[in-house]
Order: sequence, then C-alpha cells, then structure tokens
Amino acid sequence: MVEKKDLIKITDVSWEIPTSYREDMRVPVRIFADETLIEAALGDKSFDQAVNTATLPGLVSPVVVMPDVHQGYGFPIGGVAASRYPDGIISPGAIGYDINCGVRLLASRISFADVRGELPDLASALDANCPSGVGVGGSVRLTTRELEKVCRQGSLWALNNNYARRDDLERTEEQGQIPGAEPSSISSRAKQRGKNQLGTLGAGNHFIEIDVVEEIFHEAAADAMRLAKGLLTVQIHCGSRGFGHQICSDYVREFQSAVKRYGIKLPDRELVCAPLNSPEGKRYKAAMACAANYAFCNRQVLAHHVRRSFEEVLAGRVPDWDLHQVYDIAHNMGKTETHIVDGEKVRVCVHRKGATRAFGPGFEGLPEIYRPFGQPVLVPGSMGTASWVLLGTEESMTRSFGSSCHGAGRVMSRRQAKREIWGQDLRQELEAQGIIIRAGSMPGLAEEAPKAYKDVDAVVDVVVRAGIAAKVARLRPVVVIKG
Amino acid sequence: MQPAFEEIEHTADWALRVRGRNLTDLFRNAAFGMLSLLDIESVPGNSESRSFELKAEDAETLLVSWLEELLYSLEVENAAVVDFQVEVLEEVQLKATIELKKIASIKKEIKAVTFNELDIRAVKSGYETIIVFDV
Repeated sequence: MVEKKDLIKITDVSWEIPTSYREDMRVPVRIFADETLIEAALGDKSFDQAVNTATLPGLVSPVVVMPDVHQGYGFPIGGVAASRYPDGIISPGAIGYDINCGVRLLASRISFADVRGELPDLASALDANCPSGVGVGGSVRLTTRELEKVCRQGSLWALNNNYARRDDLERTEEQGQIPGAEPSSISSRAKQRGKNQLGTLGAGNHFIEIDVVEEIFHEAAADAMRLAKGLLTVQIHCGSRGFGHQICSDYVREFQSAVKRYGIKLPDRELVCAPLNSPEGKRYKAAMACAANYAFCNRQVLAHHVRRSFEEVLAGRVPDWDLHQVYDIAHNMGKTETHIVDGEKVRVCVHRKGATRAFGPGFEGLPEIYRPFGQPVLVPGSMGTASWVLLGTEESMTRSFGSSCHGAGRVMSRRQAKREIWGQDLRQELEAQGIIIRAGSMPGLAEEAPKAYKDVDAVVDVVVRAGIAAKVARLRPVVVIKG
Repeated sequence: MQPAFEEIEHTADWALRVRGRNLTDLFRNAAFGMLSLLDIESVPGNSESRSFELKAEDAETLLVSWLEELLYSLEVENAAVVDFQVEVLEEVQLKATIELKKIASIKKEIKAVTFNELDIRAVKSGYETIIVFDV
C-alpha cells in the first residue's frame, strides 16, 4: 500500500506520487490535501486506486486526487483522469454506476426566520411529494418512445412536459443535455429499469435538503446566484437511478473482453476500458450520454416536486415562495473537453468520479450572468454539517483539468457506522441541533451519519488554498429528506 | 471453521469475503451474503419460481452476472428472492431456479456488483473471493 513516505510534498496542500513509485504507472498522481486529509486518505486504499488509475493507456498527466477522496471500487472517489483523443481510453468504472450523480441548488427569497414554524410541514410535503427509498417508482411512467426522448433531450424533455422553466436549463451543466446520446446503445434491461424511476431520489447517500445561507464570502457572485444571508435554499442530490446502474454494469461486463482485444493490461478488472475511437468506446459514450441526460431530467422533475411542495405549504403564508435554480452540476461523468497541456491545446475525455467540473471565469458554456465569476461548484455536506457554494477558477484549468471537490468524502466504513451509530439516536441528536429529519430507513440513516464523513470545511479550505475553487457561500441544513 | 461469508471493511461501499467448498457453494454463499446486506422482508403467501441459465467467459464474470440477476428481480419485479438453487457447470455456465415473493419492505440498496478486487482463487478448503458492491 502507498505510505506517507511515498508522497512528495509540493506545497502545504499539494502532493505527488511520482511514476517511479510503481513500474506500471504511466503518469504521476497529484493530490490536493493538507496533512490531516492525507492521513485520513492513507487509512484506506484511495491512493493505491489512484496509482492503479495512473496505469491506464493514453492518459494526460497527471491523475488528480481531490481532498475528499476515499476508496471506491477501482477508481478512487474524488479522482480525475483525462485521456487524450484519439488514442486514450474511456472507462465505465471510472465514471461510476451512478452516471451523472450530481447536485442541484435552488435559491429562494424566503427568510428562515419567517418560516421556522412551517419547516416540519415543508419536510412532510417534500417527503410525500418526492418519491424516495429503495425500488420506489416515480409519478412519471415512460413508454419506451418517451424514455428514448429523455435519453436524447435530458432537461429539455422536462421543459417540454411542464416540469421545467427555460431558466432552469440555462443554469444546468451542459444545459441539461449532453450531445451524442444514442438509445440503441443501451440494453432492454436498462430501458426497463428507466421507465418508472424518473423523478425519484433513491436511497444511500442521496438526499433533498433545505438549508439556510449562513455566510456570504463573495457578494457579487452571491447576488448573481440570488443567494443572501438568512434565506432558504434547497439541494437535490441524486443521479440516473437503476437506469444508469444497469448501463454501467452492462458495459463493465462487456469491456472485460474488450481489454483483451485491445491488449490493455490492468491492475484491477473494474478499470476495464476501451479506446475512445473504438466501436466499444463510442457505444459506451453514447450510452453514458443517455444516462447523463436521464439524470439531469430526474433532478429537474424532482425540482418540480420541490417547488410544488413549497407552494402547497407556503402559498399565502409568505409573499414569495418561488424557488430559483442556482445551478445543477454532475460529479460522476466523462466529458469531452479541450485543455491546455504543456502549452498545447489538447482534446481529452475527462473522467470525473466524485469530482465536479469547476471551470473558471469567461467559460462560454455558463449563463452570461455567471460568466465574470466562473462556474458555480456545489459541495454538499453530510446532514449535520455545512454545504458550500464555490466558484471554479482560472487556476483550476491548469492544475486539475478544471475540476474541484464534490463533498465531504467518507472516512468511516458503513460497517463501522452501523456498529457505532444507532439511527434513532442520530435522528434525535440532529433534531436537537434544529435539523428536521425524514428518513425511510433508520439503519440507512446511521450509515450516512455526519461522523462517517470528513470535515467538509477542511476539504473546502484545501481547494481554496490550492487555487482550484473560491468561496461564495456557506449553507447550514435545517431539513434533510433521505430515502 | 471460517464463515461462508463475512463483511469486510470498505470506506464507502460494502465488501464481502465469500468462501465455498466448490464453485456452486461459493456462488450460493455469495448470493446469501448479498441478500443478507439488503435487509428485505417479503409478503406472506406463495412464491413464484423462475429458472434460467447464464454463460460467461470466466468464473468472475459469471459470478457478477448471477448476483446481478438477483438484483434485477428486486428492482424490476419488486420481488425478493426467498429461496434459490444454483449449480455451476464447468466454471463458465450455471443453471438456477429462484423463488420470488413480492417485497414488503427493503431497507438497503445495492447499485451494482463490481469487479473490484474480484478474483476467485482456489484455496485449501475450496474457493474464496472478495466481492465489492457499489451502494
């Protein structure tokens, strides 16, 4: 296993594992972390998985590791790897089973102080209107034809079916529609799983949360996002549900033989991949885009249900109960992007697994109002702790392929959390802190306890010090809905 | 005696170490292990049975396919596997019959069965592997 002595300290918040660490590494690993977070990551196989990733063919240097890194199932969670067109690879396992798992943030003009007494009703309305839990279907039932439209159109499907506003799409990564989606590249099983899960939250670490804006760090950017101290916001964290899981499973299995055909040797079978320009690589990319669009649409339908819940409870009680979209961002995705590498423009496929895009000011894909500041980066906390709104920076473009962290990052295993934490006790503890909890499963709640995660403030502190993000606002949870 | 399956530490997901006297026993214990993680209750009444055969190019891929088949029933048919028979033939093929009952409640979700660290090895007592589940 990688030990601390194997790391080269570059600055207080950046480290490197050189290619000399292991013979099969093709590129070095760059880690953004302080001493404490380095120690935490050395507690599991995060860095070994980053080293394994660094053996993939066609990567552009380096593999990047975020401060919220933890052990995943092949590729570390909190990892970024860019592969060069056309000889680089695309790896389904390096994007993950929950393709386009991501976060959406909605802002309001509702003051926390004015609606404190209404929060239990709001929590119950969200819980009733936003289907959550294992195997729970949604209110939208899709025919195969409509599902294929969702695959191609993403959030645009939601707009055409009255689940979205034009403004929502403009404030979504890629406008909620990744090009190149091809439904013929997905299996009938995936389609079957996708038909009744649109507009559902799922279980595990997914949530809907009402937060209060606690502190503003960048007034102008916060104004553009309509964030102000003391106002309520809503976060939605979920992905492509069983539809995406099935697509990834299908391709990880299929690519087991593809690696043999292309003579790719791997230290872990979950890292299976195929050249970007191969028939297999192209088909997976088209299938991944279907799942990514499904996930954008899923969060959009959930946002519609959240708005409906706010209206049900707050109409007539506050002057303005509307929710305005701040941004929607993916943190499990493979994206075709152009980056400057050694002074040269290079087209790459950036695999971000538990890492967000964090493009700097001037990026044309941003709505005009955000362009002077950079792309909003949403970093959810862990139920009892803060969440953050950040901005991408110019430096992130050269230091991390325009990427930043995605959350607090787990530090305690689910097994240990189950042993040490009792769901009912945790709920009481959080409610004593003024956080209202609605959870479908108490053991599930225990596994997601704040104690199981790293300190999100420390994670954010590192990305800011490393120059790959800038602070806009800190949010404090008041209602948490979990499946 | 070593347990047929045991949960091992994993920061974010679930991991099991599974053992079996032979491959059929290993596949059976892997299914018992996975189902035990999900904490499912089924509704009372008769079960429905479904038989199928699976083929793969190696034993690991066959194991993943077998476990995925059980997860698929859970999600798409809303049905819990309450009993099953499985027989592995020549490492790369199996036939199985599963008994399904409608789910009354299910507490946990497994997104996928992964190939991470999956390596079926012959050991003194038979076979052994680690299986990591994405949750």
